[in-house]
Amino acid sequence: MPKKYRLGLIILISVIYACNKDIIAEKFAGFKNPANFPQPVYHFSTNEITQSKFELGRKLFYDPILSRNNTISCGSCHIQTSAFSHHGHNVSHGIDDKLGTRNAPAIMNLAWYTSFMWDGGVFDLDLQPVAPLTNHVEMDETMENALKKLKASADYPSLFNKAFGEQEITTAAVLKALSQFMLMCVSSNSKYDSVMRGEGKTFSTEEEKGYKLFQEKCSSCHKEPLFTDNSFRNNGLAPTSIDDKGRQLVTLNEQDAYTFKVPSLRNLSYTAPYMHDGRFYTLEAVLEYYNSKVQQSPTLDPLLKKETVSGIRLTDEEKNYLLAFLKTLDDTSFLKDKKLSEQ
Amino acid sequence: MKHILYTAAIALLVFSSCKKDNTNEYNSNIKGELSIEFDNIVGGENLALNTGSYTNSTGETYKITTLKYFISNISLEKADGTTYTVPQNDSYFLIEEGNEDADHASLEVPEGEYKSLTFMIGVDSLRNTKDVSERTGALDPAGTANGMYWGWNSGYIFFKIEGTSTASTADGNTFMYHIGGFGGYSSPTINNIKIITLNLVPGGTPKIHNGKESNIHLMVDIAKLFDSQSHISIKEHAAVMFNPYSTTIADNYATMFRHDHTEN
Repeated sequence: MPKKYRLGLIILISVIYACNKDIIAEKFAGFKNPANFPQPVYHFSTNEITQSKFELGRKLFYDPILSRNNTISCGSCHIQTSAFSHHGHNVSHGIDDKLGTRNAPAIMNLAWYTSFMWDGGVFDLDLQPVAPLTNHVEMDETMENALKKLKASADYPSLFNKAFGEQEITTAAVLKALSQFMLMCVSSNSKYDSVMRGEGKTFSTEEEKGYKLFQEKCSSCHKEPLFTDNSFRNNGLAPTSIDDKGRQLVTLNEQDAYTFKVPSLRNLSYTAPYMHDGRFYTLEAVLEYYNSKVQQSPTLDPLLKKETVSGIRLTDEEKNYLLAFLKTLDDTSFLKDKKLSEQ
Repeated sequence: MKHILYTAAIALLVFSSCKKDNTNEYNSNIKGELSIEFDNIVGGENLALNTGSYTNSTGETYKITTLKYFISNISLEKADGTTYTVPQNDSYFLIEEGNEDADHASLEVPEGEYKSLTFMIGVDSLRNTKDVSERTGALDPAGTANGMYWGWNSGYIFFKIEGTSTASTADGNTFMYHIGGFGGYSSPTINNIKIITLNLVPGGTPKIHNGKESNIHLMVDIAKLFDSQSHISIKEHAAVMFNPYSTTIADNYATMFRHDHTEN
């Protein structure tokens, strides 16, 4: 064998070997609770994570079959490289290019969430997919027809049978499979997490100063380590012409007017634009908003009323420290995790 | 005389057997079939979907294109005060006007004579918050409950009526009332769950026997949806869904149900 062929063969063999190794390394590990996270709140007892259910959920998540005209999938507006948010879109952009009224939120760490949607209208992750699937400006499908299409498809009946052991595809199986995919979207490998878990990394001086400021001024709502306390608050955004009253639409309680779910701050670098209606394109704009633009209103959160002028006073220097800290919440491994990508 | 005696003996026998049937030894360990029929009417008329034209007390003329409502949590009370509660999983029914298979609730109840009927209009808060795997049959959002479930604000629509009225200024002169609200999961909100109890004695009690079918025939007067405890104007309220006014509509529809008669 000529020398150059031999070299080629060696390379080829090592590539194959490396691939094999990768496959072995990627053995399905199920749901893992990060060491620095609290116990999840999701009811795993009624939906135990298995590889076949998770993979089925992933296939459903990326399949436009769940929309009326088979054009939009969950993954269309929840893009992995944007931490499963809809980068660049202030409000959700659904079927037939129709626009919603709110920003597609990031899908991450949902196992620790007590409610879903900006207004908390959904209280069980298993029920969550019904909302976008049936919304007329999102996927505009009916659950009935989605099931019909899945039952008539070439591959789903056997996949459901394999995963759930049932002859017929049921509503519950579809929703639980989707939950499995979403539950596995765990983002816990940011620099912040490494520092907290004592894995050898340390904050820079700026990050450390930012962290102190964060704990002083932000963490009562954006509670560590998930960076949300799961509450609904009016952070003083001026209502726009559509006058979205937020959680009041769900509770019909006037005290909930203009309150929205406190969003997590993880992966902020990838989830612009910000706020429930995506009105801010940069984090600088968000911080300046809290510094000087918070609007007074009857339901404004008391934590923003502590100073004579509503909001959170921040000097330019403090803002820079905060931005440095917030960057430590970025988790690129989550964005690149092949297990969560369309296959 | 012999002839008369003979006749009298037969008559006695017949009477006594009749009497026996009436008092009857019911065996409450075995069950018989009972249906509850929901006969939708408007005032003195049978409801004719799409074609019938009706007028409310405000003088607004309307037609009905869709009428669906959930009936659940059914129980029956005997004269002695004991109550039979239909097993929870068998106690959810979607009544749909125009669908012959969905104009009644089919039950199996222990033998006996029942003097009153209790049911819920809507779906109880517990089932509204149960695991999705327990939402089967009438409660399957991809099956019978298609269109009777709010995805954005998790919960069942209890009562749905849609139609047209010249009084409505909405597109196509439509009106629609989608009424739900089980009280809220983590924050309290409107509760439109209505429990109805009907005395069955005046209209005739169901006498349940194994091998026989009894039917409780209810009249459901949609006119009372508009005119009962309150007068509802289609012009002022062409679309009512999850909002505070829905409680006014639910208070009205809770008065729609009347026991007409029982077929034994």
